Amino acid sequence: MDRGQLIETMQEILGPEGVIHKHEELRTYECDGLMNYRVIPDLVVLPESAEQVQHVVKTCYDEGIPFVARGSGTGLSGGALPVESGVLIVLTRLRRILEVDIPNGRVVVEPGVINVWVSQEVADEGYYYAPDPASQIVSSIGGNLAENSGGVHCLKYGFTTNHVMGAEVVLADGSIVHIGGGKSPDAPGYELLGAFVGSEGTLGIATKITLRILRQPEDVRTLLAAFKDTEEAGGAVSGIIGGGIVPAAIEMMDSLTIQAVEKQVSPGFPEAGAILIVELDGPEAEVANQFEQVIKVCEENDASEIRIAEDDEERALFWKGRKAAFGAMGSIANDYYVQDGVVPRTELGAVLKKIAELSEEYGLRVANVFHAGDGNLHPLVLYDNDAGEAEKAEELAGEIVFACLEHGGSLTGEHGIGRDKMKYMPRMFTAEDMDVMQLLRCAFDPHRICNPGKIFPTPRLCGERPGPFHMHPIQKAGLAENF
Amino acid sequence: MQTQNVPTEELQNIVGEEHVRQAFADDAVDGVEPSLVVEPGTIEETSEVMKLVSREGLAVSPRGGGTKMGLGNPPGQVDLILSTARMDQLLEHVPGDQIVRTQAGLKLQDLQEKLAESDQMLGMDPPEEGATIGGIVAANASGPRRLRYGTVRDLIIGIKVVLADGTVAKAGGKVVKNVAGYDLSKLFTGSLGTLGIIAEANFRLHPVRESARTVFLEVEDLTQIPSVAQALTHSSFSQFVLDALEMRWENDRGMIAALFEGIEPAVEAQSSAATEALRSHGETSVLGRDDGDEFWKSFARRPWATGDVALKIGAPPSDLAAVLDSVVGAAERAGVEVRISGHAGTGVTFAGLSGEDDGLVEVVEEVREIRLRRGGSVVVQAAPLAVKERLEVWGSGGDYLGLTRRVKEKFDPGYNMNPGRFLGGI
Repeated sequence: MDRGQLIETMQEILGPEGVIHKHEELRTYECDGLMNYRVIPDLVVLPESAEQVQHVVKTCYDEGIPFVARGSGTGLSGGALPVESGVLIVLTRLRRILEVDIPNGRVVVEPGVINVWVSQEVADEGYYYAPDPASQIVSSIGGNLAENSGGVHCLKYGFTTNHVMGAEVVLADGSIVHIGGGKSPDAPGYELLGAFVGSEGTLGIATKITLRILRQPEDVRTLLAAFKDTEEAGGAVSGIIGGGIVPAAIEMMDSLTIQAVEKQVSPGFPEAGAILIVELDGPEAEVANQFEQVIKVCEENDASEIRIAEDDEERALFWKGRKAAFGAMGSIANDYYVQDGVVPRTELGAVLKKIAELSEEYGLRVANVFHAGDGNLHPLVLYDNDAGEAEKAEELAGEIVFACLEHGGSLTGEHGIGRDKMKYMPRMFTAEDMDVMQLLRCAFDPHRICNPGKIFPTPRLCGERPGPFHMHPIQKAGLAENF
Repeated sequence: MQTQNVPTEELQNIVGEEHVRQAFADDAVDGVEPSLVVEPGTIEETSEVMKLVSREGLAVSPRGGGTKMGLGNPPGQVDLILSTARMDQLLEHVPGDQIVRTQAGLKLQDLQEKLAESDQMLGMDPPEEGATIGGIVAANASGPRRLRYGTVRDLIIGIKVVLADGTVAKAGGKVVKNVAGYDLSKLFTGSLGTLGIIAEANFRLHPVRESARTVFLEVEDLTQIPSVAQALTHSSFSQFVLDALEMRWENDRGMIAALFEGIEPAVEAQSSAATEALRSHGETSVLGRDDGDEFWKSFARRPWATGDVALKIGAPPSDLAAVLDSVVGAAERAGVEVRISGHAGTGVTFAGLSGEDDGLVEVVEEVREIRLRRGGSVVVQAAPLAVKERLEVWGSGGDYLGLTRRVKEKFDPGYNMNPGRFLGGI
């Protein structure tokens, strides 16, 4: 099937408005939230139903054409980067909330539904959807599922994977499976859903997703504490967690981040070497008691100022400052590189010190903003592309995640491996580890047409095509070698 | 059925003579007697044993504490029991990071005792005494506190496995937040030894909560159980944060109990509010931490004895009334004795049935038929062989059965791992 025929076939499935094939229009989709990788897809399709997704995928399967699913395109690891000579399946038109089931605490949605819509939908009933990535006003549930998105409140409530209870999935061969129990617990069989969530779009496309919703907490209290430096703030974090408190969130920002945020959105943060935002939620009596403890721990760690959010408005202001942190870097640097690494909480101090040393060594500023409670760092490497610093910045960002690994951490806490960190995977996993992971891939997508060229630096072909040798499409595209 | 020539001497060379023994009658798996029981002491030994297993085409059943050996279809063949009993070390516990790394053979109870020294715990409380970490993961076992902490899938953060061909691989890590690579720790959760041997597992931990209150209510009418459960979980007027919500029903009498854990003023306030909210349902009793612990030890046990047919029913929590009605009704019609317990807050119901084989089969089929229509599943957790052979232990599975089989065939192409026991006879 040549390109013309493919366009025609897709138009038959989706109607003419559901297929984008003009070069200028295709460029809109050449990258996701990570803009240093760009690939123009052969074709973009915009299905409106699971049946259309299934039909598109089946066509790709029959023709051996690779495809990539994309939600809102906010991912930060190039997970939705298109493949050349491939089809990009954009799911933004599947945006219906299909069912709200309060007695079972479940909501069923299509993948294009925006994260924050779910909480809005059930707010009047006193419920909310817990995972809250900073992108939640634009990122889609399907994308959240693919990346196993976190957020500032996942310390207490878990990640997307803990809140997705079931999914209808179109597999690479166009068949549909329903995995996870949905409203019922403990479906018999393998935990396929748990393996699927966070697989970065490489195992299939979710077309219906059952989410768990939670009761809004009885009480929420938030404070902001200023410290001399990140070390003292880190001491407070240890004190809080070590005291047996599980806060809803603990976020830290260093002085460079505070400056940038002030310039950008003026939340009126105090001048300080580091700021902590601590939020507690739960039953009123528990929150009141533990909030006093948190204040005490901050004081013991020489907090220079403690501000308590008096109302929802002030709380929103704290969070506005925090959630604006990435974007705010634009106010103090021409370009910046968002890194995402994880360290065991007790190693935070050592790794921050290492980051400061690296920053000095490379002559590039690094702003630190992170989910301190779970050791998830987001160092922002500031650079100037026009001054030719891009490569150096990427190298420094790489060194930072290596430091995370050396201290027992992970390459990524919530942004995913995608295209961006494939090359680092061998630093965290052995060849055997990755081969075994890819057994799963071979079971779901033996011909490797579903988002190829992501996560694994050296993809394994599944080796089950008897007969004469045919070059695999991803080999042709130069994305894999045969073994 | 012993079809294979088991290379005893080679196994002895790998793990040491004293760690290979002839199987006893007690080692039989649903009536199938293995030849040998092998106890490797390390991952390396396990890997060597598995290489031999796949070379010789043997069938191996992994075993931890042995508390769930009754789960699954009767096996076609068992040559070896691979016991993790010697791999029982706590590898790493960093209280400040609230994580733990353990070997699979470590008993949960021993682990909890160690963690308690740092006022921490693993948020799992399956009631089977002597269960090991590996076994709990493999069987996806859970207990009352799953309402608050979730199940194995929600707490496991890393795993190390040995595949049938001896390959050793890990996934995840020792940080709670981690999205690097596929989450094989979840895939192996509930895989019942059919994908490989679970050698190590890592978990996130929680602080032990200082105070507890148990609020319980006796009921004489089965329909009270679901209405109390809904009142405590999804009432629009009250705001409860429950750690557990459990029920029991036998001999036409029942009880429902709620557990609140946290700091003293909070549990006090919550239990008072719960008592108030349940006033229309009857007179509640309240227990503190120590009496509560005793209470739960007995209240959380499974409602069956050896020789019973043991069922686990998963259903939408709001359908609890229909579940209870279907089980009790079917048992009555079939002249079968029934005892029930369950996680009323999460939609898991356990039933222990005893009676004539025909009646037992009838009850399982009827309850299953209703679940097929209304959503959910019925899994036979244990049953006498004669009954098992007349039932689908796992039910029919869904449209994911083909995918399940493909996963199995990638991880264990030779069907050496617990063959025949799992969903779809894999």
